[in-house]
Amino acid sequence: MAVVFDRPHAFCDIPLHYCPGCTHGIIHRLVAEVIDEMGIEGDTIGVCPVGCSVMAYDYFNCYMIEAPHGRAPAVATGVKRAKPDSFVFTYQGDGDLAAIGTAETVHAATRGENIVVIFVNNTTYGMTGGQMAPTTLPGQITQTTPYGRDPKVQGYPVRVCEMLSTLTGTALAQRVAVDSVPHIREAKKAIRKAFENQKEKKGFSIVEVLSTCPTNWGLTPVEALDRLRNDMIPYYPLGVYKDIDAVKEGE
Amino acid sequence: MERSLMKGNEALAEAAMRAGCKCFFGYPITPQTEISAYLAKKMAANGGLFLQAESEVAAINMVLGAASTGVRVMTSSSSPGISLKSEGISYIAGSDLPCVIINVQRGGPGLGGIQPSQADYWQATKGLGHGDFHVLVYAPASVQEMVDVVVKAFDKADEYRMPAMILADGILGQMMEPVTFPEIEAKNGDKPWAADGHKNKREHNIINSLYLQPDVLEKSVVDRYEKYKKIEETEADAESYLCEDAEIVVCAFGATARVAKSTVNQAREKGIKAGLFRPKTVWPFPAKQLQEASKNAKTLLSVEMSMGQMIDDIKLAINCSKPVEFFGRTGGVIPKPTEILDEIVRLGGAK
Repeated sequence: MAVVFDRPHAFCDIPLHYCPGCTHGIIHRLVAEVIDEMGIEGDTIGVCPVGCSVMAYDYFNCYMIEAPHGRAPAVATGVKRAKPDSFVFTYQGDGDLAAIGTAETVHAATRGENIVVIFVNNTTYGMTGGQMAPTTLPGQITQTTPYGRDPKVQGYPVRVCEMLSTLTGTALAQRVAVDSVPHIREAKKAIRKAFENQKEKKGFSIVEVLSTCPTNWGLTPVEALDRLRNDMIPYYPLGVYKDIDAVKEGE
Repeated sequence: MERSLMKGNEALAEAAMRAGCKCFFGYPITPQTEISAYLAKKMAANGGLFLQAESEVAAINMVLGAASTGVRVMTSSSSPGISLKSEGISYIAGSDLPCVIINVQRGGPGLGGIQPSQADYWQATKGLGHGDFHVLVYAPASVQEMVDVVVKAFDKADEYRMPAMILADGILGQMMEPVTFPEIEAKNGDKPWAADGHKNKREHNIINSLYLQPDVLEKSVVDRYEKYKKIEETEADAESYLCEDAEIVVCAFGATARVAKSTVNQAREKGIKAGLFRPKTVWPFPAKQLQEASKNAKTLLSVEMSMGQMIDDIKLAINCSKPVEFFGRTGGVIPKPTEILDEIVRLGGAK
C-alpha cells in the first residue's frame, strides 16, 4: 500500500507539550519535512530558544542545542562558524527574537550569517502565561497590558521582517501564516527556500510565521485562527520583504 | 626553543592558537584588547576563526555554539565584560561544555577604571553566574605562565567538560617579558557528546541545561559536584617560596605575588622569617598546600589588589587556626613592596 502521509523522520515520535490548538506543531512539522526532503538531518543542528519552544530539542531528530533567552542567533553563529558545512537553524518566539534577543538577531542578519531563523510570532509570551510581547498589537489585552496595549505607554509593535529587510546581509525575509491550507503550503515553500539559501551560502534567511496562542488569547482554536486572519495579518502583512535572488533579477 | 619578547596578552593569544583553539569570539575592552587584535591578525592564516561579536553577551553565546560542536574555543574580556558573560558561562557550565575564558581584570565596581585589579576573585571563584557550579580558575603570575596556563586550561576544560578561566590582570596583560613556547600539541580530543551533526550514524545529541523535574536537575548538579570533588583533590596547584621555616607567610596570587616575592626577599635580608605562598589555581583553592606551607607560621598575611577577597579562602583552608591579616590596594593601585614590608614588620615579624 502506498504511503501518502507519514511523520517526517526528523520529527520525533513523542507527545508534544504544546497546548491544544497551538500551531507550533504545524510549524515543527514543516521544518522537519524540509529537513527530510533535503536529506540533511545528519548535518543539521537546531538551536531552540527560551519560550514555548524551549523543549523543541526533544522534538527534532537532528542534533539540538538549547540557547539562553534571545541568544539563539549568537549560538547558531558559533555553530555555523565552527562547522560551516552543517545546516543550522534557530527556532524562536517573538519575545526571544524581538525583545531580549534583538541585538543578536539584527547582528546575525547584518553579518549575513548563513543560517535559517524560524520566527514564530503569536503576539504574546506564551510560556510565562501571556504577557505583552514586542509584537503585541495595539489594544491587545495581555497579563501585563490588562487595559490593552496603549502605544502612548508601551510603544508600538515591531515588524521584524520589514526591519531586517533593510539589511544587506539578509538573503530572505518572508512572512507567512499557518491558519489555512494555502498559507501552510506557502509557509512550507518559504522554509524550504530558507534552507536552500543556506545550502547555496546566500546568507541570513528568516521566515516569520504568524501563529496562534488560543490559551493565552482566551479563544478557542477556531476563534484563534480567525483572530490571526482578521487582526494579525492586516498588521503584519504576509509576503516576501526581501529575496536576494529577486533583487539580483531586478537589477 | 624560540625565545621572544612579548606582551602577556599576545603571548597568551599565541599559545591558545598553538593549543588548537579553532574559534575566538570577543568584544573590545581595555586592558585585554591585544588578545583580539593578535588573533584577528593570525587566526585565519592558522586555519581558525576570529569573530568580533556585537556584545560580550553575544560573544559568550557564540562560544557556547562553537563549544557544542566540539571545537576548542576561547573568549576574553575584562571585568565589566565578564559580568555580561556570566549568563552564558552559567549555561555553558550547566551544559557541560569545555571552553576557555580570559579575564584580564581591571578596577571595579561599575565601569571602574582601566588599571590592574584582582577584585573579581569572588566572582571567578564563587559566583560566576546563577546556580550551583564552578569553573577552573588559573592565576598566572608572569608572561611565561600566561602561555603555560592557557595550554593547561584547554586540556583540563576538555578533560572535565567544563569552562576554564584564566584570571589575569592588567599588569600581566600589558607587560612584556621574554617567553618561550614549549612544544605544544594542538589537541582536540574525542568528543562523542558534541552536536556536530549525527551523519545518520548515531542517536541525536542534545546540548541542554534545562531540567524541569527537580530530582533530575538535582542529580545533574550532584554529579557535577562529584567531579568538582575530584578536581579539588587533583588540580589544586601552588608555589611555596621560603615557607619551610617561615613565621609569617604572605599569600598572594597573580601580579601581586611578584611584588610580594620581592618583599619577602627584603624581609629575609632584615632577618625576618617570611615566606610566600602563591596559589596558581584559585578554584580549586590549594588548601592542603597552604596547610603544609603555613605549618610553622605564626601569622598569615593576604596581599591582594582588592579590599580582601582571597583572604576568605585562606581562613577556610587553615580552619581559622592562625591569625590571617590583610593588606591590599584597590581601584587600580598596585601595592608597593615598601608598604607590604611595613605591614610585615608591624605584624611582629621583626627580629
